[in-house]
Amino acid sequence: MAKITPPFLLSEMFVRMGRNSVMVLSLLIPILAGLGLNFGIVIGAMAGQIGAILIVKWGVTGIAGFALAWVIATPIAILLGIATGSLFNRAKGREMVTGLIAGFFANGLYQLLFLFAVGSIIPFHSPSMVLPQGYGLRNTVDLGTIQYAIDDLVRVRFQLQGIEIRVPVVTYAIVGAFCFLTLFFFRTRLGQQFRAMGQDDHVATIAGIPVERNRIIATVLSTVLAAWGQLLFLQNIGTLNTYSSHEQVGMFAIAALLVSGATVTRATVGQALLGALLFHTLFVVSPLAGKALAGDAQIGEYFRVFVAYAVITVALVLHAWQSARAAREARRDAV
Amino acid sequence: MKLPTFLREFGIPRLLIAVFLAVLFAVAVATHMDLRGLISDSIVRVGRNGILVLALLPAIQGGIGLNFGLPLGIICGLVGAVISLNAGVQGIAGIGMATGIGIALAIPAGAGYGWLLNRTRGQEMMVGTYLGFAIVSMMSVFWLLAPFTNPTLVWAIGGRGLRTTLSLGGIYDKVLDRWLEFTVAGVRVPGGTLVVFLGLCFLVWLFFRTRMGITIAAARSSTRFARAAGISDERTRVQATILSTVLSAIGIVVFSQSYGFVQLYTAPLLMAFPAIACILIGGASVTRATIGHVLVGTFLFQSILTVALPVTSQVIQGDISETARLIIQNGMILYALTRTART
Repeated sequence: MAKITPPFLLSEMFVRMGRNSVMVLSLLIPILAGLGLNFGIVIGAMAGQIGAILIVKWGVTGIAGFALAWVIATPIAILLGIATGSLFNRAKGREMVTGLIAGFFANGLYQLLFLFAVGSIIPFHSPSMVLPQGYGLRNTVDLGTIQYAIDDLVRVRFQLQGIEIRVPVVTYAIVGAFCFLTLFFFRTRLGQQFRAMGQDDHVATIAGIPVERNRIIATVLSTVLAAWGQLLFLQNIGTLNTYSSHEQVGMFAIAALLVSGATVTRATVGQALLGALLFHTLFVVSPLAGKALAGDAQIGEYFRVFVAYAVITVALVLHAWQSARAAREARRDAV
Repeated sequence: MKLPTFLREFGIPRLLIAVFLAVLFAVAVATHMDLRGLISDSIVRVGRNGILVLALLPAIQGGIGLNFGLPLGIICGLVGAVISLNAGVQGIAGIGMATGIGIALAIPAGAGYGWLLNRTRGQEMMVGTYLGFAIVSMMSVFWLLAPFTNPTLVWAIGGRGLRTTLSLGGIYDKVLDRWLEFTVAGVRVPGGTLVVFLGLCFLVWLFFRTRMGITIAAARSSTRFARAAGISDERTRVQATILSTVLSAIGIVVFSQSYGFVQLYTAPLLMAFPAIACILIGGASVTRATIGHVLVGTFLFQSILTVALPVTSQVIQGDISETARLIIQNGMILYALTRTART
């Protein structure tokens, strides 16, 4: 039937866990702070891509190029995070839908920047990257120069039943470091303030927590982590689809987190990792399963998109259902 | 910064958009473009998209907010269209059959959707968005597996699975557009589609003056008084959702006949967003909308979309209109979301 051997699945999962986990981790802090699922991480991914485009332009390669991309992406992500956070403060109670639309809006600005402004208003001379008309970036940017810069910093390979399995050790170390940092952050003073905000915004305000400022900080942290996560992803993939690499990032990261049983108000580091594992297993298996069951890989392709959307829908419905019931009961108690 | 009252009421974004449209037309005049053609195309697109924008009105008036779940009704309409095409019904009868089946499916779908929205109060927009996404992707699997046999609809190779776009040429392509078509000063006007659109606008206007319509609006604007008067706002919200879903089912059939193609698979995924931008540009907010907002907004936004491409392509290569659409559309929705949250 479907040609999925354990070694194939193992090698796929090793790679996918390495490149996707940080993006899923970037969702945790806003959830703690009561902002819900941050659909605005797409904006962070764009910041990461700006870094990637610039280092290719400047011809900085290897680990130095990757490090420079992180350095460039960080201040951009901080600025965009502040903007997104301020937007969330103006749309309290609607952060998720605002984040989603903000992602679409930022995508428009991103297109304006790279499809029209680059090469015409902004000087950008790089014939291999710019479209023949003299402005606008090509659809793909070759990141071959930084591909596997992190993954193969320490090369670990082994053979299993004839399939070479690469273990991106350094990437895992980075993922581990971010897990640890997130856990550590939860225990800091700021982390505890976030937790208080997540539980009751109103009480947190009365307790003297600067809620609006903290919400912006939470968004900034999430956006920066998303920018770094996107760069980790890109150094593994090795090509940047200039106008589409970022589009689905939010949906896949959020679906992955929710698959593990995390909710809109509560998610742990363990759930982030487990979710990434489960969701990407589904990703590998479903086209092959679709092909085996219905004779058409396209069905599996549509099916996994459906699963991603359905998981998010169910989580949102459950969340809204519970909070609506809580609100009703609170009203009844008040009367 | 103090602004004159009429300016503040009109809204800065709306003003910017009107100015932008005026500039586009000015450029078109200055460069001796075919102005009649541009106006004609704008009017065609108003008729094509109008009903989908109108479909948002009952949801806003019913207190649900922006109905991001519009694709639900669109899917119902598409199923109706595909069934009518499969049966080979032509002309106005085909449109009638597609609409009929669409409405028949949209009523239970809308009822279920309304029931769900009642249980997810406060998150209607998010639930609607993702329910729409989930349904569209589920239907993508359905289009591939559905037992349609008409060889003009299925892929030529393999003989199963519907094609991504079904041509309506010779079946009911532009039937409404051509009906009552007339030309004023060289501007071609698709009379039939406009008659259907304006007729439905009138019916919706009339509906919100009937007992049921007034109750729906009352339950939204003053829930407590409505409750005291014995109106269940759970019921009125379901009614509003059904009406919205039914209108979007009709809307997509009218859209398809005017466009000349039925688009399946992922095409309906993002259709709610431009429609929402239209009604917001017209002056609606998340909590209040009128027929006037629908008409003005559809005209402004669709005209920009029509005029932007030919005008800007004279200045720069490449299609900047799609980028402009993304920015205007989502900027407008963001503006609406941030503005009403503080009340």
